[in-house]
Amino acid sequence: MWDYTDKVKDHFLNPRNVGEIENPDGVGEVGSLACGDALRLSFKLDENKRIKEVKFKTFGCASAIASSSALTEMIKGMTLEEAEKVTNQDIANYLGGLPEEKMHCSVMGREALEAAIANYRGQKVVKEDFEIVCKCFGVTDREIIKAVRENDLKTVEQVTYYTKAGGGCAKCHPKIEAILEKVRKEMEQEGILQRPERKKLTNIQKIKLIEETLGREIVPALKADGGDLELIDVEGSKVYVALRGKCSFCPSSEFTLKQYVESKLKEFVSDDIVVEEVKP
Amino acid sequence: MRTVYVDNNATTRVAPEVVEVMLPYFSDLYGNPSSMHFFGGQVQKKVNEAREQVADFLGADPSEIVFTSCGTESDNAAIFGTLDSYPEKRHFVTSRVEHPAVLNVTSYLNRKGYRTTEIRVDREGRLDLDELKESISDDTALVSIMYANNETGVIFPIEEIGQILKARGIPFHTDGVQAAGKIPLNMKKSTIDMLSISGHKLHAPKGIGVLYIRKGTKFSPFIIGGHQEKGRRGGTENVPYIIGLGKACELAKKHLGDENTRVKALRDYLETKILEKIPNTLVNGDRNNRLPNTLSVSFEYVEGESILLLLSDLGICASSGSACTSGSLEPSHVLRAMGVPFTAAHGSIRFSLSIYNTKEEMDYIIEHLPPIIQRLRDISPFWKDYLKSQGK
Repeated sequence: MWDYTDKVKDHFLNPRNVGEIENPDGVGEVGSLACGDALRLSFKLDENKRIKEVKFKTFGCASAIASSSALTEMIKGMTLEEAEKVTNQDIANYLGGLPEEKMHCSVMGREALEAAIANYRGQKVVKEDFEIVCKCFGVTDREIIKAVRENDLKTVEQVTYYTKAGGGCAKCHPKIEAILEKVRKEMEQEGILQRPERKKLTNIQKIKLIEETLGREIVPALKADGGDLELIDVEGSKVYVALRGKCSFCPSSEFTLKQYVESKLKEFVSDDIVVEEVKP
Repeated sequence: MRTVYVDNNATTRVAPEVVEVMLPYFSDLYGNPSSMHFFGGQVQKKVNEAREQVADFLGADPSEIVFTSCGTESDNAAIFGTLDSYPEKRHFVTSRVEHPAVLNVTSYLNRKGYRTTEIRVDREGRLDLDELKESISDDTALVSIMYANNETGVIFPIEEIGQILKARGIPFHTDGVQAAGKIPLNMKKSTIDMLSISGHKLHAPKGIGVLYIRKGTKFSPFIIGGHQEKGRRGGTENVPYIIGLGKACELAKKHLGDENTRVKALRDYLETKILEKIPNTLVNGDRNNRLPNTLSVSFEYVEGESILLLLSDLGICASSGSACTSGSLEPSHVLRAMGVPFTAAHGSIRFSLSIYNTKEEMDYIIEHLPPIIQRLRDISPFWKDYLKSQGK
């Protein structure tokens, strides 16, 4: 059973502002029956251009209904400029948090709001302008980038929790990984991400740490699948490894190297590590 | 708050009679059945009796009963124990709607270089026997098909499959976890080579299972250790649980009639009333070939987790094949394999009854379920769209 907060339970059991506004100023709809959740949000402005009335209809689980209800309560009385600044994290915080696997419910709320505001302004959020990364759930690169930035996401799994992308056939995982890498690099350059200060390592310390990390975090898992990996050389931040056993002819070995080996070494040794494969 | 427990395909109440026979083996009678002294010997005698009770329930010989730790272990042992006995054969056949204890082993085997076939099911959840016949060959080491599906309750034509395989000399394992205690099983008249059962699905506690292995079936132990279970499963016997399971099997045999008359009547009553009171509701699975206790229904345009939590708020315990309940993003693999449309797959609820359920409890569900569905449909954007499309 999910560990929902009392606030989530309250907004699920007693949802606020359910319904559809007749002749709304803006209406936004995201999600679909196939995806398992959907939200239709409509609002009306008062003479001061503040949100006077807002209503929702949601098909989905408890946290989807609670997120929608929370969103409507949060944005009532806001100007559109203020409402635009509401992030999915704000929605989750309002509810006292959501299980990480359910964060996509809060993202759905923010997306519906965005769509409704765009509808009011006569703009259209056209999905076709962006690349569909996850075909199973129809998630675009734009949505993934936004979720990564707003929630400081680090792994593919987290991207799935927040956007659903990658939650079906898993074929898009390498693509999501590439987006993650690119966006996080940009965030670093923009100074949004603070690198944790690490002790400067001597060469010997570094090689030792790499060996330890490989032995503890990586090799056992590869061996379990009939593969293996050997450390060949370390040159500055470049780590040369050779794949052995089943890994050496596995079609997803490149993915294993980047997604798995490199990210573990980045986590435990140094952020700038690049892993390269030495072919026999 | 009252509790109406209708999730018996997930787990069952431990029968009070079962608890009672187990208790002495947690305290005074702690001997090891393998010991040479009288103190262990008296325990061994009880373990043997339990083995006879299980064998009697399954229509098997006591020597064909191997105690395990759970249904999953039984399934794993049957598959790996057989594949290990036929190292030259590299093909494994199962169905798309198996329990993860078999399905995830299938993907594991696939990664390990085995060829695997997962037999299709139709919209009613019935197996495609033609596909099964076409898929098997001399390279097939084992076919493992569940006796009855845990989500829909659909019963598969196990003996028909067994005949096909027997003619080809291919070993046959069936996961009988959901079937045991709900439909009659008789290994003496069966073509099954191996059958898994799980204690906690038939009013014994969690942590005990059985693998029936027909005499003469090739099998290598999955858990390697001592001489226990005639060398087919190492590890000191889980004495209290084995004795509990023996009692549970004795009771299950006694209650089988009740399952197929009274429990079935309750299920049918629940089904009829739900269909009568709630529009746009469909039953998942072949209604003519179904476990007597299981009802899988889909409510269109609403989502399962929301239904479950509102039911739970009233003390009603059921389960769902919706995506959101599992933490995965896609609805149950069983409903997807059956091709249940998305309008319905996300809103599926499984009610699974036991001999402890009463008509009064069914009435409680029938009273509270329709307003719950209506309430969620009122929140759902698709329901109004649907009504509009129907000109309502």
